[in-house]
Amino acid sequence: MSKRDRLSGNEAVSVAMRQINPDVVAAFPITPSTEVPQYFASFVANGMVDTEFVPVESEHSAMSACIGAQAAGARTMTATSANGLALMWEMLYIAASSKLPITLAAVNRALSGPININNDHSDTMGARDSGWIQIYGENNQEAYDNFIQAVRIGEHPDVMLPVMDCYDGFITSHAVENIELLDDDAVKKFVGEYNPGESLLNRKNPISVGPLDTVTHYFEHKRIQAEAMKNAKQVILDVAEEFEKLTGRKYGLFEEYMMDDAEVAIVIINSTAGTAKETIKGLRAKGIKAGLIKIRVFRPFPVEEIAKALSKVKAVAIMDKCDGFNAAGGPLFNEVTSALYGRADGIKAINYIYGLGGRDVSVQDIATVYDRLLDIVNTGNIGEVYNYLGVRE
Amino acid sequence: MSNVMEIRWHGRGGQGAKTASLLLADAAFNTGKYVQGFPEYGPERMGAPITAYNRISDEKITVHSNIYNPQFVVVVDDSLLTAVDVTNGLSEDGAIIINTTKKAEEIKPLLKGYAGKVYTIDARKISTECLGRYFPNTPMLAAVVVVSKLMPIDDFISDMAESYKHKFASKPHVVEGNIRALKRSVTEVHEI
Repeated sequence: MSKRDRLSGNEAVSVAMRQINPDVVAAFPITPSTEVPQYFASFVANGMVDTEFVPVESEHSAMSACIGAQAAGARTMTATSANGLALMWEMLYIAASSKLPITLAAVNRALSGPININNDHSDTMGARDSGWIQIYGENNQEAYDNFIQAVRIGEHPDVMLPVMDCYDGFITSHAVENIELLDDDAVKKFVGEYNPGESLLNRKNPISVGPLDTVTHYFEHKRIQAEAMKNAKQVILDVAEEFEKLTGRKYGLFEEYMMDDAEVAIVIINSTAGTAKETIKGLRAKGIKAGLIKIRVFRPFPVEEIAKALSKVKAVAIMDKCDGFNAAGGPLFNEVTSALYGRADGIKAINYIYGLGGRDVSVQDIATVYDRLLDIVNTGNIGEVYNYLGVRE
Repeated sequence: MSNVMEIRWHGRGGQGAKTASLLLADAAFNTGKYVQGFPEYGPERMGAPITAYNRISDEKITVHSNIYNPQFVVVVDDSLLTAVDVTNGLSEDGAIIINTTKKAEEIKPLLKGYAGKVYTIDARKISTECLGRYFPNTPMLAAVVVVSKLMPIDDFISDMAESYKHKFASKPHVVEGNIRALKRSVTEVHEI
């Protein structure tokens, strides 16, 4: 049923793309996402898929082509990173508000400037309010699994929203690790055929996509869009349950690691969660009740579930691989603390900005965060809320 | 992470250190291990110092940081010995493997008092004689498998033969040259 292999994250996602065999892929290269359309283009050239591959001249055009194709009723995909995502910005909002379930491999890279090719989350965090579903993954396996699930989530009639499959540039995209791949037929069966109820090429039911929306209707359309994002939460869980039956791999809105009796915890996204698990093993061996929550679904944000999962900890550090430039904290910190407000008050919460522009984060670095949390628990003194990990001051 | 073998590669852009780390990951994967193979990315220029890494384990590996305390360091270009702190964090129970023609008395003073084992191999000679060109990564790959005892050498050679056959399907002479280079390297890596 599955094949043991070793692939980089980008190879794994391009394999998922091949197995899904979408109708259209439109993409423009940018490091570190380039390999996804590169590998996929070779699948097209070798006749392994029957996808229309559109090599456009910019990311703005890539997303525009995706919007056109998806509106026409085609299952459409692309990949990008950093400034490529930024150049798509205008079109990201149009894709989401037009309810077009495009799938985007978002290979996280620091957004310029200064120019930097390495990993952080400033690109997709900037797009967090664009109306796209955002799913994050720790390693190549999760990038692959999430990409396959993304198709089903986005295309669900209660949702019909575009989905970003976000994974760390280089750390995940270019590192070769073990992976379990599904059979091609199993993926094809899981994603099924895409049959949108309404599309531009459906002559029996003509529609317009993207016309001027005046005062009389714009607000209602945004309200419908917001409802679709609310609906996505249950759909994500339903799709995950079905995926677990197929693979044995369990996914939720977030992963709880050693949280049952945790007194101190961190909340973190993507590859550094794996490094932090190693830190926790070391702390647990010393009898320290440390735990971790790894966010999988950032949009929609699992507000009630996060508050419940953190309700028993004494202190929590929320880890942002992206600064907020609001002089108060990063985006994940804002989301988690607002989730706690009124639901789990009194938990001491601090924020760390870490890993910007590819700054490496070691097992020991994460240990210093837990040390700080233990100090907060022992003294009751929070101290500085907005902190930096691993920066030269 | 006590059961994880960690290896750090130092090379220069274009010498194939990244490829070697990926080939080593492949070879270990084929023996049933969990593997990681990844380079540290920066400005990519021919000749610039680059670092690549391997983690190899019987259990799933979750750590996604660079490697700071490797058991083994492989130096693909001996000019790096004065340019990069190659022994930084290297376990004294481990070893450093250097591609060089230099003698022990020339090499050891460059290793900042490293007290572990030091191995050398003349990868240039082996590569040019077996392949007709300078591709140091094949000899260095064989050397690290010998020194780390990662797997039985015969298994390694036959596994590599398979992957070369696949990779160079249209150039059988390259396959033969690489296998010859691997076999020679096994006997020509020496502790100094």
